[in-house]
Amino acid sequence: MNMLKTLAIAAAGLALSFSAAQAAEGQMPAKGISYSFEGPFGVFDEGQLQRGYKVYKEVCSACHSMRYVYFRNLSQPGGPGFSEEQVKALAATFTVQDGPNEEGEMFERPGLPSDHFPSPFPNEQASRAANNGAYPPDLSLITKARPGWYGTFNQLVNGIGGPQYVYSVLTGYTPDEELSEELLKEQPEGKHYNPYFANGHWIGMPPPLTDDQVTYDDGTKATVDQMARDVSAFLAWTAEPKMEERKRTGFMVMIYLGILALMLYLVKKRIWSKVH
Amino acid sequence: MSTAEHADSSRRDFLYIATGAVGAVGAALTVWPFINQMNPDASVLALASVEVDLAPIAEGQQITIKWRGNPVFVRHRLPAEIEAARAVPMTDLKDPVARNANLPEGDEATDVNRVVGGKEQFLIMMGVCTHLGCVPLANEGDYAVVEGNEKHGGWFCPCHGSHYDTAGRIRKGPAPQNLAVPQYAYLSDSKIRIG
Amino acid sequence: MSGHSNYQPTTAFGKWMHERLPIMELVKGQALDFPTPRNLNYWYTFGGILAVMLVVQIVTGVVLVMHYTPHVDYAFASVEHIMRDVNSGWMIRYMHANGASMFFIAVYIHIFRGMYYGSYKAPREVLWMIGVLIYLVMMATAFMGYVLPWGQMSFWGAKVITNLFSAIPFVGDSITTLLWGGYSVDNPTLNRFFSLHYLLPFVLAALVVLHIWALHVPGNNNPTGVSVKSSQDTLPFHPYYTMKDAFAIVVFLMFYAAWVFFAPNYLGHAINYQEANPLVTPAHIVPEWYYLPFYAILRAIPDKLGGVIAMFGSILILFALPWLDTSKVRSGNYRPLFKGFFWIFAIVCVALGYLGSKPAEGLYVVFSRILTVYYFAHFLVILPLLGLLETPKPLPSSISDDVLARKRPATAAVPAE
Repeated sequence: MNMLKTLAIAAAGLALSFSAAQAAEGQMPAKGISYSFEGPFGVFDEGQLQRGYKVYKEVCSACHSMRYVYFRNLSQPGGPGFSEEQVKALAATFTVQDGPNEEGEMFERPGLPSDHFPSPFPNEQASRAANNGAYPPDLSLITKARPGWYGTFNQLVNGIGGPQYVYSVLTGYTPDEELSEELLKEQPEGKHYNPYFANGHWIGMPPPLTDDQVTYDDGTKATVDQMARDVSAFLAWTAEPKMEERKRTGFMVMIYLGILALMLYLVKKRIWSKVH
Repeated sequence: MSTAEHADSSRRDFLYIATGAVGAVGAALTVWPFINQMNPDASVLALASVEVDLAPIAEGQQITIKWRGNPVFVRHRLPAEIEAARAVPMTDLKDPVARNANLPEGDEATDVNRVVGGKEQFLIMMGVCTHLGCVPLANEGDYAVVEGNEKHGGWFCPCHGSHYDTAGRIRKGPAPQNLAVPQYAYLSDSKIRIG
Repeated sequence: MSGHSNYQPTTAFGKWMHERLPIMELVKGQALDFPTPRNLNYWYTFGGILAVMLVVQIVTGVVLVMHYTPHVDYAFASVEHIMRDVNSGWMIRYMHANGASMFFIAVYIHIFRGMYYGSYKAPREVLWMIGVLIYLVMMATAFMGYVLPWGQMSFWGAKVITNLFSAIPFVGDSITTLLWGGYSVDNPTLNRFFSLHYLLPFVLAALVVLHIWALHVPGNNNPTGVSVKSSQDTLPFHPYYTMKDAFAIVVFLMFYAAWVFFAPNYLGHAINYQEANPLVTPAHIVPEWYYLPFYAILRAIPDKLGGVIAMFGSILILFALPWLDTSKVRSGNYRPLFKGFFWIFAIVCVALGYLGSKPAEGLYVVFSRILTVYYFAHFLVILPLLGLLETPKPLPSSISDDVLARKRPATAAVPAE
């Protein structure tokens, strides 16, 4: 059994010890807030996702695309829980480009549930030109593409911290007037200080949220903290819209395999009982 | 064989059979997602309806639009075509069923059952021959309305020679059924949504 | 393969078939009745686990190809399409991505098991070498598969690894251009990687057939390392080992499912959820965990060509292992010195993996160099010398003797199962 144990530990170590991603130089680990969808039993909070959608629509969508998410996704199970009628109405509030029509021209029309969220800029160059050289990334997968913290064990237990990263960036700005002399000296034109940002401390995006910027339909008070939590939860859903289905399926699979393993163990034991 | 041995062996048999059964059920359940993935995915299903503006289609004209990957004929029929279709006795029809997704299954293939009452001039149906799936040609075949040198309405499938009349009903050739009428609804006086 | 059965067809059809294609005799002799040492422990179930993983990877892969588009403009989007729209697509993709990691976990256990019990020694050298070949093809397959989602790490991993070939003197640049089909990793590269990623698993399957063939000529090694002497030492493969393997496979599937359903992205890289951008290199390019020890060896050598040679050498040296180990005794259970060095070597490999995940700077580089030297010394110095210097413990006279001896509690001195 000695060898068994040692090798098992070695194998586990092998699997666990290589969290390959490294924190960028001097990046602050994200704030460790918790969400309803964490852990093997966690599910999304519909109300929170609906509020988060509103923040995305009214604030983020001015600069950030979300091209892998379709309006129809908003009514699918395990998501924000909008009804199909609501989705039709909210899709129609976006303008999308379609075409070519019979004259060969592209034209604009109100969005349909089968459309993806339209991009605010036609291409990366246009987006950089409009944003002082910075490129606002697509937000569909942002919470899976940006870890909030590092460390093998930490990531296994707490997840990679993608939503926490988004929350921390949104709430982590240091206003210019609070910056030290040295930092002010190195401040690039049009950049803002944010120690949580993954790509150096200087971020092109100005602080996007202010209190009461949106009016929540459910009466929740729209503080910066609340909006940051809601929109980061919403972006966790856009990155992994099948999360609830995945965990549910996973439980059935684990229970089934557990039963089958037990039965096979008994079969094996019975067959071998004659030999030993 | 003693009773104890017998009981032991039947318990053993039960364990083996039960384990085999549990394994087989699991294997069957595992296979399903691997087959189901070939069914239409969410993006395909979402695009399964299309809107058509009827206003620009002149009398005697037909447009073809793509819906679910298939051609759909939208034809603005001439009064002569409608009359010709109405004049056909039911007993002449090869397929007496309307094949209209908007009507109860098994309704008669009268001309009015192929269209929407009050909008008889617009015939909307799949451009897919019910024989083996080719696209029939419009204004062709033995059942078009002939005016001088011109033929109006009627369809002829060039692949294997099926003739459809001015209501898209099979009259001659190998095709077994009338051209199918898809599900559609009038959104306004001159606008329909197919699907 | 000599038959181990006295297969006699009982039905008329069986007889008819037997005269034309004696496949039932093969199945009976090689799969059902095959005499297998009676003392194989659970470390020996990993061969069966690997066969299952190969099938899982091929089946999930074939299904993914039904929805994937191998083009730089669409590859990333088509993977997201699989994750979001295709029925159960998320599950099939997560099975495939995590399946690669599970495949490597199983193969590493399988390899280290072979090293510990001396399964590479005569008469199983060819069996071992085919195994090393399988491992190499696996690595190539996994590497090309990782490029297909066309994320940032896909692209930059492909660029870095293909650039290894540019270290070859004189023709290096021509070779990389040939591999890329252009002046950088681009659409032609993606397409050929896709083609080869689909081809190589079937090459693997063919190599596995050879591997099993080469196994069935001498038969299994076993934890004592003592050859089979009589039928007392063996059991028919079925039902004894089919059921033992089936149990182990299901337990392994539970481990696998835990990743797929509850931590599906843990073993991957977050940055690969960002589409490839040929103009921006991510801050840290790190290969998948199963390559990390070799990546550490590559970076330990301060010379481009030297690093590449050391990296490939660290794998190719396994081909020579049967001749580098000079000991006559197979099993590490009876080699007190070897046992210690075996565990040191295992720890060195894990440590190299850890170092491979760290930036190539400071102390990390120093340790990488020391451990790289040790890695090669294990094969080139320690193993050859151990065989000459070590006094092995007395071997049991036969497998069945050993099994019987260990059933008596007084002599339960042998640590391994």
